[in-house]
Amino acid sequence: MKKLLVGIKRVVDYNVRIKVKADGSGVMLDGVKMSINPFDEIALEEALRIKERGQADEVIVATIGPADCQQQLRTALAMGADRAILVQSTSSVEPLTGARVFLELIKKEQPFAVIMGKQAIDDDNNQTGQMLAGLWGRPQATFASKIVLTDTMATVTREVDAGLETLEVDLPAVFTADLRLNEPRYVKLPEIMKAKKKPLDTLAITDLGIELQDRVRLVKAEPPAARQKGIVVKTAAELVAALKQKGLLS
Amino acid sequence: MNKILIIGEHEGGKLNASIAKCVKCAQAIPDGEITILVLAADGAAVAGQAAAIAGVAKVLRIDHPANAHALAAVLAPQIAAIAAPFSHVFGPSTTFGKDLMPRVAALLNAPQLSDIMAAESATRFRRPTYAGNAIVTLEVAAGTKIVATVRSASFEAAAAGGSAPIELVTATAEIPTHTRFVSVTAAKSDRPDLQSANKVVSGGRALGSAENFKIIAGLADKIGAAVGASRAAVDAGYAPNELQVGQTGKIIAPELYMAFGISGAIQHLTGIKDARTIVAINKDPEAPIFEVADLGLVGDLFVVIPEIESLLGR
Repeated sequence: MKKLLVGIKRVVDYNVRIKVKADGSGVMLDGVKMSINPFDEIALEEALRIKERGQADEVIVATIGPADCQQQLRTALAMGADRAILVQSTSSVEPLTGARVFLELIKKEQPFAVIMGKQAIDDDNNQTGQMLAGLWGRPQATFASKIVLTDTMATVTREVDAGLETLEVDLPAVFTADLRLNEPRYVKLPEIMKAKKKPLDTLAITDLGIELQDRVRLVKAEPPAARQKGIVVKTAAELVAALKQKGLLS
Repeated sequence: MNKILIIGEHEGGKLNASIAKCVKCAQAIPDGEITILVLAADGAAVAGQAAAIAGVAKVLRIDHPANAHALAAVLAPQIAAIAAPFSHVFGPSTTFGKDLMPRVAALLNAPQLSDIMAAESATRFRRPTYAGNAIVTLEVAAGTKIVATVRSASFEAAAAGGSAPIELVTATAEIPTHTRFVSVTAAKSDRPDLQSANKVVSGGRALGSAENFKIIAGLADKIGAAVGASRAAVDAGYAPNELQVGQTGKIIAPELYMAFGISGAIQHLTGIKDARTIVAINKDPEAPIFEVADLGLVGDLFVVIPEIESLLGR
């Protein structure tokens, strides 16, 4: 059985305007809409397309977090994942610990590839996929905008600062999805109903023999320094004059 | 003493400009000694450039044919083998550093702090989260090795004029062959590099087509600016991916940023908030870009750009 493992994270929805708590202990999450991290949604879509092309038999979606993450796993199942795993943890998990969890899932499930988003839009860490590949001792192809698979290899196009880089990696490997890898499908109502019957296993992070590490402590969170209010000019001439005065144009 | 190792990104025999900024960041760590590590097929030229950055105590150079292309899976085990005596391992927050450093951190069993924008002590750092909408201060437990990527836009370049000794070393590490470089396609351009340009002219969805996007490049060339684009413009195929500015594209800090037809999604604004002067030209007076703009003009970019060009006599 050719399995694909997809990692997703429950995050504050893309469209929510973030507010930092007055006491600096974090951002306001009460009553805020939560969603699958958009990059992870792209990762899942890619896995589903690979399966639809007949290059995988099963798509397993996994996440780490509190019981509420079941919502996002159900959405992932409705998109088309075959089954879901929730590794439950009530405290926040640093990326290296997250990578260790996925390494344990790999040992259990033996996937031929792991796909996850390149970064989560809450912490913006961009670490877990690379750390997993490092711990696993397998190739990583990050920031992927195209993945072409054969039985033993993948050719991956990556979005890098210079432009587009192409790598060839042996399987199994870790891929992280960039924005232009694909456009995720919309979930239709019948699929949401069907997803309720798909298997969703829950286990505790400690069941995997993983100890939570507490090496990085949040001292405070604060809103970014506000920019000074600017001015609105009426004409291009005023604009050019203002920029010349600042010495920015000549 | 804090021993800081900086991974010297390079391409085509040139040290990346972000490395001098990593040095500046590392200099904020008290009682620090800064070493730059250059991994290349032949790192002579690059090591020389690294040694010329003021404040660098030493340059380590690993020459190996496998290092001809910067592959994270190949470089990480070599870096991990060298990193044992160091308290901090820094890389730039470029796609090179973002790809490589977490793999290094995993091999070192160290936590990583991404995109650090300030070092307040050897263990306390500030970094942006939520697309720059929440800046967090983090304290790392004493005695923990720290891996970090340094946000270039937050630091000036360290001065030139150093003359650090260069030492050729070998890393005792198994170099994998499971990851192979095939090619890189980069648009050749005579324009300034987007990441380090003093001026950037950027276009958004309002451009409407790749053909129309040329008006942005035209103005950029007339004022000596780099070209940028919003995610919407890149997604629509008006501009290539390497021009994308924002949370998931490039984070830039030019003296002048001119945004044409960009509405100003939070994800875009996070990429430009360190720009000295932001100019916004947009038809929609309610566009969020005007909230951060130092100078705004409500108008049609296809009218405004030719006006600007004629006012400048170009």
